[in-house]
Amino acid sequence: MKRFLSTTYLVLILVMLYAPIIIIAIFSFTESRVLGNWTGFSTELYESLFSGGVNNSLIDAIQNTFIIAIVAATVSTLLGTVAAIGINDLRYRKRRVINFVNNIPILNPDIITGISLFLLFVSLGITQGYTTVILAHIAFCTPYVVLSVMPRLTQMNPNIYEAALDLGATPMQAMRRVIIPEIRPGMISGFLLAFTLSIDDFAVTIFTNGTDGLQTLSTYIYADARKGGLTPELRALSTIILVVVLVLLIVVNFRARRQAKRAEEQALTLKR
Amino acid sequence: MRSNIIKFFSRRRSWTLPYVLFLAVFVVMPLVLIMVYAFQAKDGGLSLENFERFINQPEAANTFIYSIGIALITTIICIVLGYPAAYILSRMKLSTARVVVMLFILPMWINVLVRTLATVALFDFLTLPLGEGALIFGMVYNFLPFMVYPIYNVLQKMDHSLIEAAEDLGATPRQVFTRVVFPLSMPGIVSGVMMVFMPTISTFAISELLTMNNIKLFGTTIQENINNGMWHYGAALSLIMLVIIGITSLFTDSSSEDAANDGGLL
Repeated sequence: MKRFLSTTYLVLILVMLYAPIIIIAIFSFTESRVLGNWTGFSTELYESLFSGGVNNSLIDAIQNTFIIAIVAATVSTLLGTVAAIGINDLRYRKRRVINFVNNIPILNPDIITGISLFLLFVSLGITQGYTTVILAHIAFCTPYVVLSVMPRLTQMNPNIYEAALDLGATPMQAMRRVIIPEIRPGMISGFLLAFTLSIDDFAVTIFTNGTDGLQTLSTYIYADARKGGLTPELRALSTIILVVVLVLLIVVNFRARRQAKRAEEQALTLKR
Repeated sequence: MRSNIIKFFSRRRSWTLPYVLFLAVFVVMPLVLIMVYAFQAKDGGLSLENFERFINQPEAANTFIYSIGIALITTIICIVLGYPAAYILSRMKLSTARVVVMLFILPMWINVLVRTLATVALFDFLTLPLGEGALIFGMVYNFLPFMVYPIYNVLQKMDHSLIEAAEDLGATPRQVFTRVVFPLSMPGIVSGVMMVFMPTISTFAISELLTMNNIKLFGTTIQENINNGMWHYGAALSLIMLVIIGITSLFTDSSSEDAANDGGLL
């Protein structure tokens, strides 16, 4: 009975979380312009999304979103990794100061980050557009990269690096062959985190995209919604994103579980 | 000269230099600019006129108080709904729990605005009116996973021998919960509160969409001022929001320390 009640409770909460999304997914298979109005089954929205039947500005917005996310995530990963390697070598006090500043963009609400960067660009007289959006995204993504690379570095045995040097590796070789492989998982998760944060961002982008009409998916949807409705193709797009993410998560989860199993088996054989 | 440069960069602590410069320009300086703008009159002189305006203008101040109220209500509803969910999850088999936690996080991958519009669609679909109710539902809907996840994490990592010890010492299930489990899960609640209260108080756009522009939250007020070129006033309002957030984080910081101390006492 207790078990039944708790399962029901979880199901109810999940239904609440998913109801809106399911409605979007269901209504992505009908042509109606207005969400909530079923006019028979059709894949028209998906076709028009892929055949370019949808207006150019949406396609542009999707492209911009991905370009900005890829550039911002790549630069943040490089900048953040180099920084983390350096920070790991610092003494306690300096390290604390940098970590404190590094946490500011993470704790700050998006709107404050957006406005502060807007004021920066305005004061420096930089015209806002592509560059400023990318810089802003790098600014709020890099701290997360630092945070995901850092634990890998602190857990690393420093003797391995020393050993590589003793065995005749140059510092650069030791870096490439010893440190980088060790922290790669942190770099990858940092990159992915930065990528998703950038794609999902709305508040920072809207303050830094300038007046030239540079739109990302988020700002496009916002402008669209203010005009009084969602472009119907966005229902199809959201459904696709949901399915892709679902599949990705299942794959990642599955792999993690298999790896855990393998590690367990290895541990067992080692014990014997 | 060249060898000096090589020496400099082979010292690993010098590798922080690019990032330190970056942080100085893109994190510290922008925040300093908010302060500078906030304490500046339109003509550039030092003044408190932006803050005087906030106090004398009932509209912005009322929106501010209203937003704090909405954020508080949202946070409380999230705790009430999220805690049992996290508790049930922590009692499940780990592999099942992992899947369900994933289900909780999955919607976060859909753009916030699309999710918000989906909520609007849901209300239309059920012919419910848009307004305060929709606003609170939308906020809870958007931020509930941020409450469930940290609480679940803490509960899941909790040392079970403590619970067993309490049971052995004769505590009723209810006492076990109120005296052991709940106090130990305090750090999770605290980080959940941070992750729900702060974004709720600073949202804009979501409230406009959920109430057909009828209810304005503080974030919207700030955004409107910035968009209309009132940068000084907008910066002052941002600073006020920052202060509130600073106070909340100080408050939650000390209470999580207390919780940690309580845990140590156990």
